Amino acid sequence: MIEVKNLEFSYGKRKVLNGVSLKIPDGAVFGMLGPNGSGKTTLFRILSTLLAPEKGSATWLGHDLFSEASAVRETLGIVFQYPSLDAQLTVEENLKCQGALYGLRGADLTGRIEARLKKLGVWDRRKDKVKNLSGGLKRRVELAKALLHDPQVLLLDEPSTGLDPRARAEFWDFLSELNRDKKMTMLVTTHLMEEAEKCSQLVILDEGRIIAEGSPAALKSDLSPGFISIETSDAAEIGAEIASHFGVRAEKTGRGLRVEHAEPQKVMTEIMARFSGRVESVAFHKASLEDVFLKKTGRSFESAEEGKHVKK
Amino acid sequence: MSKNNPQKGRWGAVGMLWLREIVRFYRQPARVAAAILSPFLFWFLIGSGVGRSFSASGESYLNYFFPGSILLVILFAAVFSTISIIEDRREGFLQAVMASPVSRASIPLGKILGSATLAFLQSGLFILLAWVTGIRFSGVNPFEIAAAVALASLLFSTLGFLMAWQFRSVQGFHAMMNMLLMPMWFLSGALFPAEGASVWIQFLMAINPLYYGHQFLSAAFGNTAADASGSALIMSVSVLVLWILAALQVAKKRGMDS
Repeated sequence: MIEVKNLEFSYGKRKVLNGVSLKIPDGAVFGMLGPNGSGKTTLFRILSTLLAPEKGSATWLGHDLFSEASAVRETLGIVFQYPSLDAQLTVEENLKCQGALYGLRGADLTGRIEARLKKLGVWDRRKDKVKNLSGGLKRRVELAKALLHDPQVLLLDEPSTGLDPRARAEFWDFLSELNRDKKMTMLVTTHLMEEAEKCSQLVILDEGRIIAEGSPAALKSDLSPGFISIETSDAAEIGAEIASHFGVRAEKTGRGLRVEHAEPQKVMTEIMARFSGRVESVAFHKASLEDVFLKKTGRSFESAEEGKHVKK
Repeated sequence: MSKNNPQKGRWGAVGMLWLREIVRFYRQPARVAAAILSPFLFWFLIGSGVGRSFSASGESYLNYFFPGSILLVILFAAVFSTISIIEDRREGFLQAVMASPVSRASIPLGKILGSATLAFLQSGLFILLAWVTGIRFSGVNPFEIAAAVALASLLFSTLGFLMAWQFRSVQGFHAMMNMLLMPMWFLSGALFPAEGASVWIQFLMAINPLYYGHQFLSAAFGNTAADASGSALIMSVSVLVLWILAALQVAKKRGMDS
């Protein structure tokens, strides 16, 4: 069990974490979803023992995250967003370096390296310098490295970033298998809905606070069964007309409007008939995590991402 | 649960960080070439140019300038290998090192020893090249040269480490290099001796640890006016103090972050 209470952190005057609490049961795949600038990178750095918060407490598998960082680090494996691999060294050399950091040596170390690299399908690339590997392979080597000392908790920072769809799927297959077979707890920060959907539990972060939490299914079940999204360049006017005519609020999104209604099918045909000449498309879609974000914050996830040019 | 023993692995981690530095160096041939050739050119151009213009005393300026050139080789080498810390820590190898249970003190130790070894070897090569091209000194003490070069390498590497740990960008490091490391070198006695300089310059030289590096090194090259043992002591104490500062800085978790 990992329990975090009331974390606070600011950079200068800007508060990036404002009372974040988490409860992560063993064996969970725990997602931390938020747009850039929501505070999730800071949260990641605190959970990875690299940063101390200004306020708050955290227990990590029975240890205090801050005063017993060394014991916590023994149990923790990290997959960094920018792989922590030395590009000039070979795959095998990188893993040997990792072994030295955890007091692993000799036959035990070489055995572990072989097992991890074979498991992740990079054994035949062990003599290659990391700089010659593709992004997907680097991420796999990074995972092999994080798993070398048999951690109980795996912390992943934006694990899909920079990977093509196939590499993403493969990478998540490895993670699911580890979670299933080894009961490994996984903490994942992400700004991708698709990735958040794969978590068993989720918190959604915005401006340093948790605005929603639960399983992806539970979060979506609070919303209507579906939404109508309208692609249009005339969002303001059409939105006002929808509000007066149907008595529902049309929320602005990146490319147009989104309408929530108890009977979406019925409203959809009426919208199509009424605005046919003024809209690009009208579509029905099932409630998504993006809708959860929009509902809770009044902003689309997309605009939250674009609105802040905060370097991660 | 695995039977890891990070305490036992501490020296393994220092050795690993040291070795990594060496391996990285020889896998980047451009670095090797740049580190050797630029000070050599510098030495030759300044030394012969200034030497022609101001050859008043009996000793040639090229010879006077030689220990200072070695210090420059060391400075460049140390800067080159410690500047990588900035990126490495934010988006590279050091992320994993910092998140591992390895003791905080061993991180600067391994990195600094690696960087100092490279600086030491590069200046050794530089001295060898100079010898091949016919530079001769009288009263040379090779052991003292090695000790002086080693201490100066440790000093610059530790300073480089401390500086790199402060900065989030390479630009900041460069600014600091121009404002601190280069003046330290100018005021080490590398370009001109302390005698005859104005009082405030003499004062700045006296509080500059590198001045003692230069003293030690020129004593090793047969300058009987320079004090070897006192300078060696001051250098050693400076290195120790700076390393303790580096270890404290690494252990600090709140100072710097992205």
